[in-house]
Amino acid sequence: MTDEHSTALSVEGLTVIGRPSDVEIISDVSVGVGRGRILGLVGESGSGKTTLGLSLLAHCKRATEITSGRLVVAGHDLTDLDERGVRELRGRAVAYIPQSPASALNPALRLGVQLAEALHDGSLSKAEANARVREVLREVALPDDNAFLRRYPHQLSGGQQQRVAIAMAFVGRPDVIVLDEPTTGLDVTTQKHVLETIRAMTRDYGTAGVYISHDMAVVADLADEIAVMYRGEIVERGDAQEVLSAPEHPYTRKLLAAVPLLRTSGHEDPGEGPEPLLRVSGLAAGYGRTRVLEDIDVSVSPGECVALLGESGSGKTTLSRSLAGLHHEFTGEVLFDGAQLATSSYRRTAEQRRRIQYVFQNPYEALNPRKRVRDQILGPYRHLVGRPIDADGVVAEALEKAALPASYADRYPEQLSGGERQRVCIARAVATRPDLLICDEITSALDVSVQSEIVALLRGLQDEGMALLFVTHNIALVSNIAERVAILQGGRIAEQGTVGQIMSAPEHEYTRALIADTPDFEPAAAGG
Amino acid sequence: MSEPSTETTTGRDRGPGLFRTAWGYGRTKVGVALTGLIVLIAVLGPFVAPYSPTEFVAKPFETGVDGALFGGDERGRDVLTRFLWGGWTLLLLALASAGIGVLAGTVIGIIAGYQRGWLDDVLMRTNDVLLAFPQLIAALLVMSILGPQPWLIVAVIAVSHMPRVARVIREATRKVIEQDYVKAAEAIGLPRHRIMAFEILPNVTSPLLVELGLRLTYSIGVVAVLGFLGMGLQPPTADWGLMINENRQGMGVQPWAVALPVTAIAILTIGANLVTDGLSRASIGIDRGVQK
Repeated sequence: MTDEHSTALSVEGLTVIGRPSDVEIISDVSVGVGRGRILGLVGESGSGKTTLGLSLLAHCKRATEITSGRLVVAGHDLTDLDERGVRELRGRAVAYIPQSPASALNPALRLGVQLAEALHDGSLSKAEANARVREVLREVALPDDNAFLRRYPHQLSGGQQQRVAIAMAFVGRPDVIVLDEPTTGLDVTTQKHVLETIRAMTRDYGTAGVYISHDMAVVADLADEIAVMYRGEIVERGDAQEVLSAPEHPYTRKLLAAVPLLRTSGHEDPGEGPEPLLRVSGLAAGYGRTRVLEDIDVSVSPGECVALLGESGSGKTTLSRSLAGLHHEFTGEVLFDGAQLATSSYRRTAEQRRRIQYVFQNPYEALNPRKRVRDQILGPYRHLVGRPIDADGVVAEALEKAALPASYADRYPEQLSGGERQRVCIARAVATRPDLLICDEITSALDVSVQSEIVALLRGLQDEGMALLFVTHNIALVSNIAERVAILQGGRIAEQGTVGQIMSAPEHEYTRALIADTPDFEPAAAGG
Repeated sequence: MSEPSTETTTGRDRGPGLFRTAWGYGRTKVGVALTGLIVLIAVLGPFVAPYSPTEFVAKPFETGVDGALFGGDERGRDVLTRFLWGGWTLLLLALASAGIGVLAGTVIGIIAGYQRGWLDDVLMRTNDVLLAFPQLIAALLVMSILGPQPWLIVAVIAVSHMPRVARVIREATRKVIEQDYVKAAEAIGLPRHRIMAFEILPNVTSPLLVELGLRLTYSIGVVAVLGFLGMGLQPPTADWGLMINENRQGMGVQPWAVALPVTAIAILTIGANLVTDGLSRASIGIDRGVQK
């Protein structure tokens, strides 16, 4: 077992079905990973990649069942073992790092207790176990003193929590480790550190890694091999470089083409218009005594797209909500078309509310589940514009602008996918023909392929003369949509300018770090 | 992300609603059958009763009389007739008090949950004061002071339901207003009362239905007990609670006059409880997004 590339994990013909419908969630999947190597498992939501990841631990989600196939981890056939035998192997032979570290850690247990629990090796003495826990904490670049071990998960940042989750997975020296989108909730700088840790740990331990993600750019950075999943099947598999440079399956090509490119020249700067549509100067906002934003100056001209880039906690959502009249505790000058905007949407004029529309981050929460798409769109229209003469026409036109067929009007939100829901949200916003659309991280809950479609849609709307304030943490998206960008850091604007200028010659240290930490995906590889 | 993925894979069909999911449980079907039986007796009873409820057809507590299947009661009136007549008052009072109580509680709960601030405090602290009165004792107290009146029975029971319902609905409202569609409505400046009526109310219907069932069960019990204690409807009205009280001395010689109303109330309560239980199980499943 010391051979560097001996196979640690091999899966043959694995099929998982869902009950009671007997639909095959993954069908006849075969993969193998060598020690010290990482397999990137790529696919969009619903492609079965998480189901496959969990079945590598011989674990099935509720109402799913492994019906056939062999699953060999470090010489043990998991499909032959009973529940007890599998439990013995979990954490030792195969470990799992879930998507959200916050929900993976028990909030009521101190870190030391959790890590020792994850080790669950009866043969070790307490002192030995303690030493092992400290060792693994040092390896993931966390402090190993007693004070840290006595902390609770909520006292850590998101990145630290994810590193604790990684430490928990590695503490038992597993042969195989399954990582289910472990960096999705993290900002780019933290993501970079976490990815480096994962890379180094798998090499040092000779562990085979399975990295599940929908983000091609991250996988390209990390994986030795790539397997592309589509509708429960692996459609393409091979060496990472080969798959990226010469994709064979059309779905892989589509995925690659959807990855936003980090460096573009940006769009042409239309030049400073005579009068900006929105001018914010000296804005400060907070919650109670906590100051979140200080001294913000931003302006948006008609028909222009300005990106507001910042990591979590930088105050970008507070800023966008203040502009939409949802966050009331702010001071400073906010001029919309020359008139000061009131802090609360209720004290703004109907015309102001009509002309500024807001699209929310999470499409799964932004639509009333009890209303049909038609009523979701007509509600704001009736309130802001008036009773329409041709209601069906209004709905159809709004849906068409959001690139949805008019037949969607009769559907309920639960009958739509995430991307379709976000389109309905956009349709609801554009139905009233606003002049400024504030988009708060509207693509962050969506798959990369859907994300690129939404971005294309927004650019189309912008061409029709709508101004956009595009709030995001994804620097690669900025260069694909915006003309100008303002970078928020810790509640202040660190840098502001045209996209081309900032991406090619960033002046602020923070901007440079952001660009350097973002996984860069070379356009040549897309092979379109 | 696991929830979205299940949703995109499970086709375009709309999931089954609350009622259909609830109907899938065996207990709901049994509950509906039991409740339906008693409601049928109570509603159709007066039309098929052989005598009028105040007609004397036998000697007091006499059994085995020709033309009176279950014999006579403590005054010699037909037990079957009084049983058939005595249900609808109970049902009507219970329905009215549960309905009014749940309605008032919902309004208060949504307002308190959505407006927050001082209004929330005032409403909920008032609620706490009302909660401190035991339901039955408060009802007896009011009845003994003001005298038993049907509208008073309804009012007292409704008021005692109101704070309990308000608490549940306030919690449900709190969960709903965290969602962005409420924020979206605020951003376009939709008036608060319309947000409460059209954005929040439709999304708290699951706990609302469960509460309605629960309160109905309690109301049946309280109305019957008030009748039994002589603080409900007054003689000579035929009423199940009253019947139990009037005929309990003769239980040894004429058990039917007590057994019939007791059984009916028990079946009705159990049936309503089973339906409520089915509804609440279904609503838990729906609210958590669990698919069987």
